[in-house]
Amino acid sequence: MPETALPKSWNKESKPHKFCPGCGQALALKILGQAIDELDIQKKMIYATDIGCSLLSWSMFNVDTIQTHHGRTLPLSVGFKKAKPEAIVVSFTGDGGGYAIGAQHLLNTAMRNDPITVILINNANYAMTGGQLAPTTLLNQKTTTAPKGRELAQGKPFKGPEMLAQITSEDAHIARGISTNYQQLLEMYKKAISNQIEGRGFSFVEVIAMCPVNWHTDAQQSLDFAEIEMAKIYPIGELKCPQK
Amino acid sequence: MKKEFLMGSETIVKGAIAAGAQMMTGYPITPTTEIMEHWAEEAAKNPALKFLQTEDEMSAGFAMIGAILAGVKAFTASAGPGNVLMQDAFSMAENMRLPTVAFIGQRGGPSTGTVIYSQQELNLTCFGGNGEGLRIVYSTAGGQELYDYAIKAFNTAWKYRFPTFVLTDGYQNKTQSSVEIYQPQEKQVEIVSPTPYLLNPQKQEGTFTHIRNTYNLEQELADVLIDYKKHFTEITPEILEFEDYHTLDAEIVIFAHGIVAAAAKLAVDSLRNEGKKVGLFRPITLNPFPKESAINAVTNKKGILITESSLGQFERMVKSNIYPANTPIFTLKKPAVGIMPEEIIEKINQIFSEKGNNA
Repeated sequence: MPETALPKSWNKESKPHKFCPGCGQALALKILGQAIDELDIQKKMIYATDIGCSLLSWSMFNVDTIQTHHGRTLPLSVGFKKAKPEAIVVSFTGDGGGYAIGAQHLLNTAMRNDPITVILINNANYAMTGGQLAPTTLLNQKTTTAPKGRELAQGKPFKGPEMLAQITSEDAHIARGISTNYQQLLEMYKKAISNQIEGRGFSFVEVIAMCPVNWHTDAQQSLDFAEIEMAKIYPIGELKCPQK
Repeated sequence: MKKEFLMGSETIVKGAIAAGAQMMTGYPITPTTEIMEHWAEEAAKNPALKFLQTEDEMSAGFAMIGAILAGVKAFTASAGPGNVLMQDAFSMAENMRLPTVAFIGQRGGPSTGTVIYSQQELNLTCFGGNGEGLRIVYSTAGGQELYDYAIKAFNTAWKYRFPTFVLTDGYQNKTQSSVEIYQPQEKQVEIVSPTPYLLNPQKQEGTFTHIRNTYNLEQELADVLIDYKKHFTEITPEILEFEDYHTLDAEIVIFAHGIVAAAAKLAVDSLRNEGKKVGLFRPITLNPFPKESAINAVTNKKGILITESSLGQFERMVKSNIYPANTPIFTLKKPAVGIMPEEIIEKINQIFSEKGNNA
């Protein structure tokens, strides 16, 4: 498929999408659409999305979708999966939803090896509310609530996949991708969702995504911050891959 | 039909199963933990019943919603601070018209308070969350009612699609009593079947369902809520329940709900034996409130006694509903403490001798 074409599972009526120009999340969701197409799961899955910029994707796909409260996407997904185990459940959340307000849910879902797939966007800030400090904000990175830049006293940048790799069973799939590497992220999604389909259990993909509006960066600066600065702190790759 | 000697929490579980409940989510908290434990025991014996012990009450609330979206009759139980945390999920259920069922065992508050008893979760259960209180709340008085209203709560929720609650307390949940266990069809009660919200096999081929609780425009949300409220008002006459005990010729009418109403009933019997004309009006549905019947019950009476195990949550509800009735109001309010029939009798005797203080 040429990368300029839209995924078949995208809802054409809600396009153009509602994300800002240059947003990495929109790219991450386009690649997710491609994964849905290639796995042919459009009619067998539900897509559950959080609050924050992620809520803008509530009508993104021609897939049965539920938009939930902030941080509560994972428990809702776990409840759905428990009630209907044959359904494929993909949960989409930001770094606030997954690593802050809903961190206890991510931790316990991973620990229980609940058979759902979680995709988490790491854009190093709280974007929907205008660029506040997030658990993923880099040291010295300025945000509206850390005007002098993040200090160590505000905590180290949070490494979600590394933590999850420590607490999950060997059957869990854990990876970190970046929205600018189409093919690699596509493979990560497919492996993660397949991990659920094949009954191994929990799967998680963190996606590094640009946020030019809140980073106050132009196109090249956005790419550099994501691909160089963020990738330095948040190494890209598979942390756990039970698939042969 | 058979009678069993059961603890309240066990009665609730048996009622839920009779109503077709398929899944429970929850986090342990006194005085509703035993509901979870009994359900877990049942689920261990019956693979058709599912159980999820979650990491907290927020998770329990949202996992219940997830199961309901999948078309499963799911429920939860909680109390006090757990009820506070669950309001997040109940608000979403209200916004999306989801048939959640929750058994709330009131305990003393605010905060951790005490763990067994109060009537202080009336406001929270009826009107909690950032919404309009479009919820159905039954206040039971223990024993048999826990079975009857457990069945009714599921039917009401799935028929009308508003969050539904059974408001109990630790006295009710932990007391053992003789309960008639029956199948709903024996009493001509038809069980309402669940239908999935997402991945519904009945939906038109090639269509997809997008459910959201976020709106772009203020007016868009206003239109939705006005429509919900209209529906809630339309169904209210079908839902309203109350117990009117000797109010017709009564000079003083007691207002009480839940287990306090059971004490008030004993007080009425005792006072009537002494020739004193006292009656009881007990709303069983606190939300919606049986307003017209309550007004009828207090018209031309000498006085009203509102009694509750709270500092006035029920009083405020009664007053706002019977306004503009001008019958003198007296109160007996004991926050987080049980109320004995003798205390009610004493208060009524004071009112008759015109020593009672107006509220």
